[in-house]
Amino acid sequence: MSKERIKIAEELYDIMPPEYQDLVKRATYGNETRGWKDIGTAKELIEEHSLCAGCPESMAFRYILASLPNPEDTVMVGSTGCTSLVFPHVAVHNIHSLFGNQNAIASGLKRALSVRFPDRTKDVVVLAGDGATVDIGLDMTLQAWFRQEKFTTICFDNELYANTGGQESGLMQKGFVAKMAPVGKSFEKVRLPEIARESGCHYVVQCTVSKPNLVEKIIKNAIYVAREIGPTYLQIYTPCILEIGKNSMEGLQEMRDSEKPTERFAFKEFVSEPAKELLAERAAKEKERKAEAKKQLAGQTA
Amino acid sequence: MTTSYKVMPGPEHFLPPSASSMGVRLPDPGQAHIHGTIVPEEEAMEQAARQFLSAKVPTIFPGPLVLWAWNEKAAKKAKAIRHLYETIKECVDSKIQQAMLIPMPDYRPKYPKINPEVEINPNHPNLTIWHNKIDACMFVGVHCHQANLSLKIIRGGTSCYTVAMCAQAGHEDAMLSFRDATAEKIDRLADWVKKLKGSVPPPD
Repeated sequence: MSKERIKIAEELYDIMPPEYQDLVKRATYGNETRGWKDIGTAKELIEEHSLCAGCPESMAFRYILASLPNPEDTVMVGSTGCTSLVFPHVAVHNIHSLFGNQNAIASGLKRALSVRFPDRTKDVVVLAGDGATVDIGLDMTLQAWFRQEKFTTICFDNELYANTGGQESGLMQKGFVAKMAPVGKSFEKVRLPEIARESGCHYVVQCTVSKPNLVEKIIKNAIYVAREIGPTYLQIYTPCILEIGKNSMEGLQEMRDSEKPTERFAFKEFVSEPAKELLAERAAKEKERKAEAKKQLAGQTA
Repeated sequence: MTTSYKVMPGPEHFLPPSASSMGVRLPDPGQAHIHGTIVPEEEAMEQAARQFLSAKVPTIFPGPLVLWAWNEKAAKKAKAIRHLYETIKECVDSKIQQAMLIPMPDYRPKYPKINPEVEINPNHPNLTIWHNKIDACMFVGVHCHQANLSLKIIRGGTSCYTVAMCAQAGHEDAMLSFRDATAEKIDRLADWVKKLKGSVPPPD
């Protein structure tokens, strides 16, 4: 799907509900500088969501969808979990895979897209929960990284199986007692960011979604690196407020508390040498673009 | 294979069987089916036109394949659909009949619910049919699997007469189905509506 194809048939334009007309007129398709600051002024690529009130995952979804550099040519691969409740509402191509199978699906998809559209940039982004990424789908997750598949894997880490009532997951912290894990987790939280680095991921970040500008930056970095170099991995804390006994208003504070330097979601970033070079190159170009824009603006106002 | 099963207006019951599982088969090129019986395409054209003219709320549901101008053919079909709608509107008695054109813009389940006045959704098409009291409808430009889902739900829970103007091989689950839809075929249906104007008794 290219931007040119996102066009309503002229003869039927008047019967289209306003949200679709808005999607054509006010969405930020085809704009590489799009970002979280467009939220509120441009049409978002998520219509409404069916998550619980105050769910941090909904914030994460909004920031991520606002930050995709190439949404009209992006395919997202989801898996079973709370994320699968949201995908039907987003205006980006997406595939629901079997539980845990998401990285295998994404591997085939990325390769097929490269063959079918050799001259176009097509981004593939996996977005799944911790159960799909680390427990049920760990085999597929790791194998895709070993093979150096060029796509981004995002894990929404809520540290348990929230969608099914609170069972223990590999990313749950040690000792945590959940509704359906009454004896408490007996082993440490799996260190997937480190495993990702050792498995060949070129850009790995662990963080929360408390800072939208940070989310935008890591999403763009991860996608650019995956496009050019190899697999990237983002582990984002999206606490399930219901399962940890918080209220709707407390999700943001929970993330802020958990990202302090001594806490388990302290910001962590691993960047490979080729990825460092690529990101530095992009940063230099971006700086140039901004300076040029500033110069033009000054010229106009003078 | 012959079958005694007829694809008739419902409400059949909750979860009706798929018509194909009951032995209803699809027409060959140049043919159509009415209630599961294979007939020449012209016969189906006449029957579909009669259904529109005798319905209180004849409605066309264009789907994403024609609502979005993703290629030239789609834009042409959109034009033909608008023409068919205007023709039906012209040919029915506006005092007792109301032609409608309601889009199915995509297949996402809407949350918390769709607005049945302005759209139809394949996951609960009955809401739009009930709300607008639609008694005859035509699907066009809807991907096959979503059309099958909708047609079955409609047959299960409403008494609406369903017509499928399918661009592929047709739909067993519609009460009347064309295949290989083109803009010209939709225009021909409009011609039939015009031709039969005044000869079909209006609804009670």
